[in-house]
Amino acid sequence: MPSIAKPVAVHPSLHKNELGLTIRDYEGAMSTLCAGCGHDSVTAAITRALWELSTPPHMLAKMSGIGCSSKTPTYFVSGAHGFNSAHGRMAAIATGANAANRELTYIGISGDGDSLSIGLGHLCHAIRRNVKILYIIENNGVYGLTKGQFSASADVGSKSKRGEPNRMAPIDPVALGLSLGATFIARSFSGDKEQLVPILKAALAHRGFAIVDVISPCVTFNDHAGSTKSYLYTRKHARPVTESDFVPHADEILATIGQTGTTTVTMHDGSVVRFTGVPKDYDPTNRQRVTSYLQEHQGQGEVVTGLLYIDESVPDLHEMSKSPEGALSKVPYEKLCPGAAELAKLQEEYR
Amino acid sequence: MHQLLRTRINDFAVKLANVNGTGSASANGLLMQAIFRMGIPVSGKNLFPSNIQGLPTWYEIRVNKDGHTARALDYDLIVAMNSQTYARDVREVREGGYILYDSSWPLDKSLIRDDVTYLGVPLAQLCNDHFKDPRERILMKNIAYAGAMIAWLDVDMEIVTQLLDEKFSSKKALRESNLTALSLGYDYAKQHFQCPLPFSLEKMDANADKILIDGNTATALGCVYAGATVAAWYPITPSTSVMDAFTSFCAQYRKDPETGKNNCLIIQAEDELSAIGMVIGASWTGARSFTSTSGPGISLMGELLGLAYYAEIPTVVVDIQRVGPSTGMPTRTQQGDILACAYASHGDTKHILLFPSNPAECFEFAVKSFDLAERFQTPVFMLSDLDIGMNDWVVPQLQWDDAYRPDRGRVLDLEQIEKLSKFLRYSNEDENHVAARTLPGVNSKGAFFTRGSGHNKFGGYTEVPDEYQEVVERLLRKHKASAKFVPAPIIIKTKSARIGIVTLGGCDPAVREAIELLPQRGIDADFMRIRGFPFGEEVEAFLNDHDVNFIVEQNRDAQLRSLLVLETGVAKDKLRSVLAFGGFPLSAKNVIDGVLEQIGEPTHAVHR
Repeated sequence: MPSIAKPVAVHPSLHKNELGLTIRDYEGAMSTLCAGCGHDSVTAAITRALWELSTPPHMLAKMSGIGCSSKTPTYFVSGAHGFNSAHGRMAAIATGANAANRELTYIGISGDGDSLSIGLGHLCHAIRRNVKILYIIENNGVYGLTKGQFSASADVGSKSKRGEPNRMAPIDPVALGLSLGATFIARSFSGDKEQLVPILKAALAHRGFAIVDVISPCVTFNDHAGSTKSYLYTRKHARPVTESDFVPHADEILATIGQTGTTTVTMHDGSVVRFTGVPKDYDPTNRQRVTSYLQEHQGQGEVVTGLLYIDESVPDLHEMSKSPEGALSKVPYEKLCPGAAELAKLQEEYR
Repeated sequence: MHQLLRTRINDFAVKLANVNGTGSASANGLLMQAIFRMGIPVSGKNLFPSNIQGLPTWYEIRVNKDGHTARALDYDLIVAMNSQTYARDVREVREGGYILYDSSWPLDKSLIRDDVTYLGVPLAQLCNDHFKDPRERILMKNIAYAGAMIAWLDVDMEIVTQLLDEKFSSKKALRESNLTALSLGYDYAKQHFQCPLPFSLEKMDANADKILIDGNTATALGCVYAGATVAAWYPITPSTSVMDAFTSFCAQYRKDPETGKNNCLIIQAEDELSAIGMVIGASWTGARSFTSTSGPGISLMGELLGLAYYAEIPTVVVDIQRVGPSTGMPTRTQQGDILACAYASHGDTKHILLFPSNPAECFEFAVKSFDLAERFQTPVFMLSDLDIGMNDWVVPQLQWDDAYRPDRGRVLDLEQIEKLSKFLRYSNEDENHVAARTLPGVNSKGAFFTRGSGHNKFGGYTEVPDEYQEVVERLLRKHKASAKFVPAPIIIKTKSARIGIVTLGGCDPAVREAIELLPQRGIDADFMRIRGFPFGEEVEAFLNDHDVNFIVEQNRDAQLRSLLVLETGVAKDKLRSVLAFGGFPLSAKNVIDGVLEQIGEPTHAVHR
């Protein structure tokens, strides 16, 4: 994101999406994060993904908790409602919001403190409920706003700015998601927009809860030698295991099916995720295989990235609850109130 | 057998002592319901342990032709079915009262009192002779003592049989066993004792327009009628049955006949933090949403209640109060969350509270909670309690006006948003200091950023003192404005009493009875039951109009009194306390004793 305010004028040559909107229409307020913060790159990727998908801005709900990451919903799509809630509680609030109005597209932005410590319980249960939301963890291994404490995602041996090593085992949101039955799991790097944008697009089309763990270095508190969440470390150790592409309309990709090393997964809404590069022993639809692959490669110090796991067969919260196709908040009151005559009848049972 | 000295009709109290988990509830409920159907004012209080099986449990039935159905504390008959509590139970029967015990075994000499009559019925023996299944033998002992009581108290057998027919319409075998057990007790009583006892029942016509319902069921029904579609909760005694009832009413009324879909979504959350978060989220996207909980849940919800208050999001919380602090006594009643709810969350917060006194008001106030929450865009707490919520009360039939439409408050629709030059979330307040809100998914022009962090009247982030203060000062004005909209107090003025007795919630019947009895002790008092917070003008006027006011409530710290001291201009020394907070429902005796203790017997009563 820019460190100076952009002019309001829009250049006529800017491309327009299906709604006739330019990418500028998907921008938000100016970022107040530190210059070089990984989160701003994630914001840029989100902005692009939403513009490319032609998501109507007013149909987007931007949810967050508290922390540096949670500030970022202000920095994209100012034409959407946003909710900067309370530390760790975004998953719960987003679940309720989604329960009331499933017609909206939900993006939840969280950090490793927000999601893996104070809000860990809510994250786990939102995964179990398969609430339809793109849930991004901007993961930097550190508490930024409170100035540099280790977070629960800090790796064993990773050093703080003052040189103290972390001794406690990290909570890995990808491993967590796999064990809890998450239906869409990805990891990416804020510095790899080419990988991140298609992942975000696929996540937005996913049937249920899509968890995207983005290593997003903190330039101020965790970008030094000895940190395992620095730009340098992540660039060196990132191993993109899958290369994927998101195709909104199924008919466009028929020609590529069957090519060596490619797999396609049809999303619940009919769009398609095309895996263009996947190792032979890797199957993004097989939870056990993905789990063992990740354990093996992470054991070797690699940061495995890509769209790692996907399962489009699991119903989301609404499908499980058999709620209406449209928003519950829009069901007319006349359908909700049984009325006076029914009340009189019912009360015969209380005699 | 004792000779009948005097016959008291429709005026007595029975206490049944049982072992939890032995099936006594159905026998006790049967008696209570039969008396209700006889048209007689009656109450049943279940005093149960936090346990599934084994601990002592009591059920009290009070019958009173004048309609006084608070706890009696003066028992005419004790049904002593629990050897663990024999000694305590025997002590509690009044002089000249009766004790039913199981004479299959001899009674311990230490339990013999010479001022009461023992009614021995060999219940275990009778049931062992007639039933084979061990579980059935235990269960049917309860029905057998109910049979004996039917004989002694003159319960209408036809009504009892009718109740069993209704209850077991699809379980013929159970109906037969129940009828058998009932006659075992009934016949034994008729053959061995003079029936009825000196206190007994006679049909009346006091219940024609009444129903027998618990507060949690009525609350759930209110939420259905209010149009709530999203409910989030975490299981906790004594509020669980609110959501159980809501779930079953939704199964009955919310399945769309055209689509077969459920017009509701009930989420069992992972904890109360999540439950309140879901309610806030659902309200933010425009649904009527609520949670039901109890004290520990209120504590956990604290942080997010402040968010809802500050970000101005309608939130309905049903609090079925139980005994605190901490885990406290989960199956015992108290009014201990008044202050915790009034000022829930850190920083300056004030909330709207509603205090229903019985299930009928639970129904009415549940609907009101949603209207107020949306009108004032703020959390509203309905403070019920275990006594109201889990006991069956005889109340007037619930009424519904089909002309009712939810008050959704100031929510801008598409047309209104399009007309705006710019939407400013916390500006353009109305006469109640409420600013219009917008919902997501309507129009980009209505978009804004909801935040619990410092914001100015435009909704923008701020750390500027004046801008911050401007918003929170409006919130205070808004809270004050809601005083006119919460239910007005119930005030009953007698003669020219100088004493006021003030109460809230389920204390109502005990306090009203006390006010009727106090003149016999030389004291006249006026009655006020507060039904909402913030307090309206009538509350303050009543307190000022009396030389002294006794605030009767069920907590140690006089929380209602504290709230009156803090939130009205009434002189502190005008407000005294009568407190009962051990966990059982209030009795008129608690009130009378509490008042007399402070102002003395008649000759000392200065405020006549």
